[in-house]
Amino acid sequence: MSLLLLAEQALNGLQFGVMLFLMAAGLTLVFGVMGLINLAHGSLYMLGAFVAAVVAGATGSFLLALVAALAAAAGAGALVEMLVIRRLYDRDHLDQVLATFALILIFSEGTRWAFGSFPLYLDIPPWLSGPVMLPGGILYPAYRLSLIGVGLAVALALYLLISRTRLGVRIRAGAADREMIAALGVDISRLYTVVFALGAGLAGLAGALVGAIQSVQVGMGEPVLILAFVVIVIGGIGSIKGALIGAILVGLTDTLGRLLLPLAFQTVMDSSAAASAGAAVASMSIYILMAAVLIWRPSGLFGARG
Amino acid sequence: MTLKTLALAMGLAATSGAAWAEPVKVGMITTLSGGGAGLGIDVRDGFLLALKQSGNTDVELVIEDDQQKPDVAVQLADKMIQSEKVDVLTGIIWSNLAMAVVPGAVAQGKFYLSPNAGPSALAGKGCNPNYFNVAWQNDNLHEAAGAYANSAGLKNSFILAPNYPAGQDALTGYKRQYKGELAGELYTKLGQTDYAAEIAQIRASGADSVFFFLPGGMGISFLKQYADSGVDLPVVGPAFSFDQGILQAVGSAALGVKNTSQWSKDLDNPANADFVETFVVEYGRLPSLYASQGFDTANLLLSALEKAEVTDADAFRAALKEADFASTRGDFRFNTNNHPIQDIYVREVIKEGEVFTNRIIATALEDHGDAYAAECKM
Repeated sequence: MSLLLLAEQALNGLQFGVMLFLMAAGLTLVFGVMGLINLAHGSLYMLGAFVAAVVAGATGSFLLALVAALAAAAGAGALVEMLVIRRLYDRDHLDQVLATFALILIFSEGTRWAFGSFPLYLDIPPWLSGPVMLPGGILYPAYRLSLIGVGLAVALALYLLISRTRLGVRIRAGAADREMIAALGVDISRLYTVVFALGAGLAGLAGALVGAIQSVQVGMGEPVLILAFVVIVIGGIGSIKGALIGAILVGLTDTLGRLLLPLAFQTVMDSSAAASAGAAVASMSIYILMAAVLIWRPSGLFGARG
Repeated sequence: MTLKTLALAMGLAATSGAAWAEPVKVGMITTLSGGGAGLGIDVRDGFLLALKQSGNTDVELVIEDDQQKPDVAVQLADKMIQSEKVDVLTGIIWSNLAMAVVPGAVAQGKFYLSPNAGPSALAGKGCNPNYFNVAWQNDNLHEAAGAYANSAGLKNSFILAPNYPAGQDALTGYKRQYKGELAGELYTKLGQTDYAAEIAQIRASGADSVFFFLPGGMGISFLKQYADSGVDLPVVGPAFSFDQGILQAVGSAALGVKNTSQWSKDLDNPANADFVETFVVEYGRLPSLYASQGFDTANLLLSALEKAEVTDADAFRAALKEADFASTRGDFRFNTNNHPIQDIYVREVIKEGEVFTNRIIATALEDHGDAYAAECKM
């Protein structure tokens, strides 16, 4: 195995990681600030992809599709927060899980009702299609490279938003002590709506970006949701920095595990059996990573709550 | 006896003579929600179209959604057998669901007609006289892909499939016919959506071709990412990643790809031409291979009902076995294990106007049965 292949796989892992981060950031914000478990986060991801596919199909502009996906998911998020989620803050986590699970079913069947059961078409814009040659001789798809760029840019913007702006101060304060900032005169319910819509918008953006290289279909959000939960548990619930580090760790572990574990098994068994056994262990690798991190630090890498 | 009651009695006698046949109750368990719903909907629509065209009003159809979950499918089957009292079951798409439902249903004396799933366990030692597969045994299309690879002069294939029983059957099927070397063999996670890592390995492997079995959304993701990666090795696969339902979502990334199928919309026989035309009129979309399988399954059922009562199990079984119906595939007959013997074709993805579809370019395997029939004792 060449060093080139390893470097390309590391890039793939990084790309997978930053896309997971877009999902996990919203999830961890909502959980950290509002204490709410939102299973419907994957549905907002799906919504973003569907809106992007429809807008790109109608206008032919990928950038417009991205903006529309972000806006639609944020709008849907704000609506859902005001209509449903707002009634759940005082309930326990089981009620929240039940209600947001119901939202998944409503979103999925609603999408099927509106768009049908067959996958939609959404493609990479022509100006980003095809591979580019990186220094060192790696041939790498331009689109995936841009995904890494967009993901890191969003991470930087989120960092600045939370550490440098008034909204960021309120979000941090809300995470620390919500009664106190309500007592200080901050309109807590509007803050919650804004945070929820922000998280939803990021999920919608991720859905649209990833939808261009995957299948835009009903139910596409749930597998990503599970990974995003793994990410925020590893990174520490409520921490944006944790979500970024956790997402990249999960991305690299998953991608390199899929490459290296079958090779490792090949040294002790024949290639067919090694392929099967290696794949089986590789699919467990991120959960093993999660378990290891939790043994070492029970509240996650950057968890605030013990 | 008044004139009125006499007339009524005569009327009754007249109608009962015309419709003496007992109504037959058919239970369809198929996937109508979730990511795999497109397949179930096509099977259902094909089945309904055949019923409608026959004008047969004796068939009462109960349709339920299994949500692609084995436990749900088992519950539905119990309900249909015990409270709905169905005579015939059909509809299951996925092999793991078929394995959960079929053995129990046929053990209770019900007939099961499979419009899709054909796990090897039900074709060999686990075969049953009441179980008929109208689609294919799981390995068949992959075997055809292997045969095509030989004839196309491919000598160093990289092969990949999801890590579950049907995926392992797929690679086994390909290797059964394919005579060249393997540049690599890879199992992916079921439901995986990102194939960057696999594509990088294909690029580094020095292969001359790629064979993959990734049904549904997995195939869409793989093909789009493969087209964008700059790797331009020829791709071969079974029809499941190139059926009419998903081709539009893959777009031009699939153009020119060779895939193997027992059916294609341009198959030249009257039954198929009629099926394609009426399906488009009825549903406003082109049929997929799943729709053709649903259509054939219903026509097989109808052909058997014309010859025998379903209550006379032996006669009905013999009538099914004759497969005396006009299949959309042309020649169709059952092997000793009640699985099809049929031709399997090589298709190429083309663009007709604005629509992506397939056309037949060659026959991969003629009168092909399956490798498990010899193990079936019944």
